[in-house]
Amino acid sequence: MDDEKELDDVVKEAIKEAEEAENSRMLYERKMRFLGRVGIVMNFMKRMKDIPPERRPEFGKKINAIRDKLEAEFSRFEEKLRQRELEKKIAEENVDVTMPGKHKKTGALHPVSRVKAELIEIFAGMGFEIFEGPEIETDYYNFTALNTPEDHPARDMQDTFYLSERFLLRTQTSAGQIRLMEQKKPPIKMLCPGRVFRSDDDATHSPMFHQLEGLVVDEHITLCDLKGMLDEFARVMFSKTSKTRLRPSYFPFTEPSVEVDVSCAACGGKGCSLCKGTGWIEVLGAGMVNRRVLENCGIDPDKYTGFAFGMGVERIAMLKYGINNIKLLTENDVRFLGQFREVD
Amino acid sequence: MIAPLSWLKEYVDIDISAAELQEKLFSCGFEVEELTYLGRDVENVVTGKILATEKHPDADRLTVCKVDCGKFGIKQIVTAATNVFAGAIVPVALDNSTVKHEGGVRKIKTGKLRGVLSEGMFCSGEELGINNDFYDGAEVNGILILDPATPIGVDIRPVVGIDDYLFDIAVTANRPDCQSVVGMAREVAAVLKKPLRFPATDYAAVPTDVKIPVTVREPALCPRYIGHYVKDVKIGTSPRWLRRRLALCGLRSVSDMVDITNYVLLEMGQPMHAFDRDFLRGGCIEVRRAEKGEKIVTLDKREFILDSSNLLICDGEGGVALAGIMGGLDSEIKASTEEVFFEAAKFARDSVRKTSRTLGQRSDSSARFEKGVDAWLPEIAMNRALHLVEELGCGVPTKYRADANAADLTPKQIVTDFSAIERLLGIGVPHKESVEILTRLGFAVHEDHMNQKLVVGVPLWREDVDGYPDLAEEIIRMYGYEHIESTFLKDAKVTRGGYTERDKRMLAFKTALKEEGFFEACNYSFYSPKAFDLFRLGADAPERRAVKILNPIGEDLSVMRTFLAPSMLENVVRNVRRGNAEGRLFELAKVYLAEELPLKEQPKEETRLIMAEWGGGFFDLKGAIEDVAEVMGFALKFVKESQPYLHPGISAAIFCGGKKIGWIGELHPVISKELAFEKAPCLLELDYDALPQKEELRVEALPAFSDVLRDIAFTVDERVTCAEAEECILRAVKAVKSAELFDVYRGLQVGKDKKSMAFRLTFAADEDKPLAPETVDGYFKKILGALKAKLNAELR
Repeated sequence: MDDEKELDDVVKEAIKEAEEAENSRMLYERKMRFLGRVGIVMNFMKRMKDIPPERRPEFGKKINAIRDKLEAEFSRFEEKLRQRELEKKIAEENVDVTMPGKHKKTGALHPVSRVKAELIEIFAGMGFEIFEGPEIETDYYNFTALNTPEDHPARDMQDTFYLSERFLLRTQTSAGQIRLMEQKKPPIKMLCPGRVFRSDDDATHSPMFHQLEGLVVDEHITLCDLKGMLDEFARVMFSKTSKTRLRPSYFPFTEPSVEVDVSCAACGGKGCSLCKGTGWIEVLGAGMVNRRVLENCGIDPDKYTGFAFGMGVERIAMLKYGINNIKLLTENDVRFLGQFREVD
Repeated sequence: MIAPLSWLKEYVDIDISAAELQEKLFSCGFEVEELTYLGRDVENVVTGKILATEKHPDADRLTVCKVDCGKFGIKQIVTAATNVFAGAIVPVALDNSTVKHEGGVRKIKTGKLRGVLSEGMFCSGEELGINNDFYDGAEVNGILILDPATPIGVDIRPVVGIDDYLFDIAVTANRPDCQSVVGMAREVAAVLKKPLRFPATDYAAVPTDVKIPVTVREPALCPRYIGHYVKDVKIGTSPRWLRRRLALCGLRSVSDMVDITNYVLLEMGQPMHAFDRDFLRGGCIEVRRAEKGEKIVTLDKREFILDSSNLLICDGEGGVALAGIMGGLDSEIKASTEEVFFEAAKFARDSVRKTSRTLGQRSDSSARFEKGVDAWLPEIAMNRALHLVEELGCGVPTKYRADANAADLTPKQIVTDFSAIERLLGIGVPHKESVEILTRLGFAVHEDHMNQKLVVGVPLWREDVDGYPDLAEEIIRMYGYEHIESTFLKDAKVTRGGYTERDKRMLAFKTALKEEGFFEACNYSFYSPKAFDLFRLGADAPERRAVKILNPIGEDLSVMRTFLAPSMLENVVRNVRRGNAEGRLFELAKVYLAEELPLKEQPKEETRLIMAEWGGGFFDLKGAIEDVAEVMGFALKFVKESQPYLHPGISAAIFCGGKKIGWIGELHPVISKELAFEKAPCLLELDYDALPQKEELRVEALPAFSDVLRDIAFTVDERVTCAEAEECILRAVKAVKSAELFDVYRGLQVGKDKKSMAFRLTFAADEDKPLAPETVDGYFKKILGALKAKLNAELR
C-alpha cells in the first residue's frame, strides 16, 4: 500500500508543480519529469515486476489512470498558461499609431490632360467622336479651307509660326474640321483636341497651348442648338446654375460668329475679381459653320447646316483650379503637379 | 480704335451715359476695351479770378494771391508761378481736390507755405492733362491763364475740354469700315435706333487748267487712286476744335493742310496724303512697282532701298511716296506750299503689309491699309477733305480730279428669304424689325412679297457681307443674342461618340505611369538647337535634322523637337534648382521627323514617351517601365548600349518584340557636372507608336499542382551579366518558369573580380502530378551543371 500512498503523493506533487509553473517551458520540463519516457510515472511501471502477479492488473490500471489524469491536468495548465501568455503578449504589443503609414506614392496626370479628359467625357456622352489631325499643318487646312485665303485680314488675328511656304504649326484645331469633313459626311459630331501654336508669349499667352474643337453638321442645325449644347456643357463643367451668354464676334469659318461667356462660378454672376466685376467669363468662340467651309469639303450647304466651337483647355484649367499664371502649366515643377494627385 | 464721345455725338444724338453706350456696343459686337473719362484725375478744380497778388513775407519766390472763385468764395492761394497777375482767370484746385501729377494723381489740401495759409493750388495745363491742342496756352511755363471771357466758379473740365470720354474699341477683322469715328457712329446710330448725321462733303470747286494725270500700272495693288488739285494754298494753323480732336486721338497738330489729312483718316478711315504740287516733277503721278535698287527718302528722313515688291508713287522722275505708308521728304507740305495735290487711294492690304514689314517702316496710314480700305471710301473721303479745305480756308478746291479706278462699284445684291435666316438662327425675328435693322446699317432692303423674296443691296463699305448668313448675323446682333433660345439638337440624328481605341489605351498608359509615381509634364513642341550640343550629338546625328521655325519667338524656341529628352532634362534641372530633391516626370508627346529639309512633305509626327527619375537610380526607372509594360501587356528587353548623352556604363537600348524602340540610362557624368547635378538623373525615351497594341485579355487556367520555389546562389566572374545567367538557367531546364535575381554579393569571401548571384527559381509542376522533391533536386543539379559549364559558376 506504500506504493498507493506514494502514487497519491506523486499526483499531488505533480498537480502542485503544474500549477506553479511560471511559463510554458517550465511546465513542459515538469511534465516531462512526471510523464516523460523516463519520468516518475513511468518509473512506477518499472516496479511492475516487483508486484505480485495478482495485483499487477490493478496496479497497471491505477498507473494508467494517474497518467491520464496528469496528462489532463498538465493540458489544462498548459492551456491556462498559453492564455495568460497571449494576454501578456497582447498587453505588451502597443504601437504608436500616429507614426506615418507606409506609402507607395502615386503621380498625377497634368491638369491639362485632366480637363481635356473631362471635356471629352461631357461631349462623348452627347455623341461626339474624337478626331485628331496633325500638328504640322498645311496652309490649306489651317487657313484657306477655313475661308481664310491669303490676304484675308483674319490671318493677322493669329500670329502664325511658319515652317515653309506651305507648312506651318497649326494655330487652331479647326484645321481638324476640314480633314474630318473630307472623309466623313453628315451626320457629324466631332471633337478635335490637341496642341496649337501661336507666336505669343506673356503672362496670359503661351506659344503652345491646347484647344478642343467641336463640330456638328446635320440637317436643321440652328444657333439655338449651339446655345443649348453650350448651356449643358457649362452646367456640367462649371456649376449646375451656370448660364451662357452669346455675343457677336468674328471668325472667318463661322457666320454668324459668337463669343461665349459663362456666368462666373466664383461669384454666381454678381461680379468679383475673377470676372473683373462683369459676372461673366469668356470661355470659348463658336458660330454657325460658314457655307464656304462646307462647300470646300463637298458638303451641300443648302441641305446641311452646322455649328462649331473651340475652347482653350489651359484657360478652362486655369479657371477651374484657380491657376493665375499660364507658365505654371509648362514649368513642370513637381510641387505644382503634385497637387493634382487629389481627385475632383 | 479710339472714338471720343464728344466726336461721336456730332453724328448721333447719344442720350445715354458713356457706360450705357459701352454696354450697347458690347451687345452688338464691339468690345470697349477701355473707357476713359478724361477728367478722371481732375476733381474739385474750378475757375477763379485773381483779385490781388502780393509778395510772400518770408519767401522771395512765392506769391500770395486772393482769388475769387465765385460760389466757392474768395480763397488765398500761395503760388511759385511767375506768370500770374491780378485779373487773370486761372484753374484753382480747391481744398480736397486732385490733379494729374507725373503720370499719377496728386491730392491738394489746404495748408501753409512758409507760414502763410494756402487754400489750394493754381494748375498748369499739364496738371489738367492737356496741351495746346486742347486749350491755347496750356503748354506755357507756369499756370494756365484762361480766356478772359471764362465764367468764374465753374468746373474746369468742360472749360478745357476734358469733360469727355474716350472709347478704346476692339474692332474685329471683318469690320475695317468701323476703324473710323464715322464708321463707329453708324453702328451707334443703328444700335440706338437714331439717325446718322453724315459729315458734310460738299464744296465749291473752281475751274482750272492744271492737269496732273494719274497712271496706275498695278491696278491689283492699287485698285483705286483719286488725286485732286487744290490751289491758292495758304498754310496756317488748324482751328482749336480740329486740333483738339486730333489730340484726343493722340495726334499732334502740324499745319492745317496736314491736319486735314490726319483728321480724315480718323473721321472717315481713309489714309490721305498731300503733295506739294511744286515738287511733283513732270506734273504727273504714276503708281508702279519700284525698280530694284531704287531709293526713296521718306518724310521722317529715312532712306530705303527698294525692289519690285514695293509699290511706289512716282512723279515724272521718280518716287515721291511709299504707297500707303509714307510720303517722300521732297514733296512734303511746307509752310511755303502754294498748291496741293491730295491723294486718297485704296492700296491692297497685303502689299502694304509686306512692304511695311520688310522695310520696317510703319505709320498710321499703313496700319489702316493693312486692315483694309474699301474702294468706295477714297471718293467720299476726298470730298470731305475738300470740304474741310474750304471750311478752314486754307486753299481753294479746283475741279481737277484724277480717278483711276479698277474696282467694281456696283453694290452686291443678296437675294434670300426670311425662312433661310430663321433656319440658321433657330428663331424668327419679326420681319419688320429685321428690315429696319438692315436699313439702319445702310443696306438697301427690298421685300418682294410676290415671290416671298428679300432683295438686299449691300453698302459698298461692307465688303465682308456676301450671303444670307451675314445678314442673319447683322439682324441678330442688333436684335439681341439674348433672344436665342436653348434647344438640344431636336432634329439631329443620333451618333455614337467616345474615345478611340488609341486614346483609351493612351489614357490607360498614362494612368499606369501615374501609379508608378510619375507626374505628367507638358513641354513646348519646340526647343533650342543648343540642346544638340549639350547632348553631345555628333554632326550627323538624326536628332539634329530638326524642322526649323522660320519666324521663331527666339532661338530658344526655334526648332521642332526631334526627341523629348532635352525639354525633360530642362524640367529636371529646374526642379532640382528649386530644391525638389527627388521626383519622377513623364511626357507623352510628338516629335517631328522630316524626310527632307527644308520641308517638302508633311513630316512624320511620332508619339514618344520620355521618363525622368531623379533622387533614385537606374533600377528605379527600369523597374517603373517594367511595371508599366506588365500592366499594358508587353515585355521589354534591355541590351547594353549607350548614347552620347548617357553614362556609357549605365545605359541600355530598349527592345520590344525584337525591335529597338528606345533607350534608358543615367545622364552622362560630363553633362551632369555641367548642369551642376549632385547626382545624375536617369532618363528613358521610347517610341510609343512602336509598342504593340494590346490583345484581348484572356484568363489562363490555374495549375492543378503548386509551383515549387528554390533559391540558388553561385559565384561567377564579374563580367557575367544577370541576363546571361538567367538565360542559362531557363535553357537548362524547361520546368523553370522564372529565374529572378534577388541578390548580388561582392566581397572577400567570393574573391577578387568575382560576384555571387542569388536567384529565386520557380519550377512548374506537371499537369497531372505534383513536383517531387527528388525531381526538383535533379533539376537543381542540372542547372548547376549548366551554369558551371557555360559561365564557370561555383555553387556557394
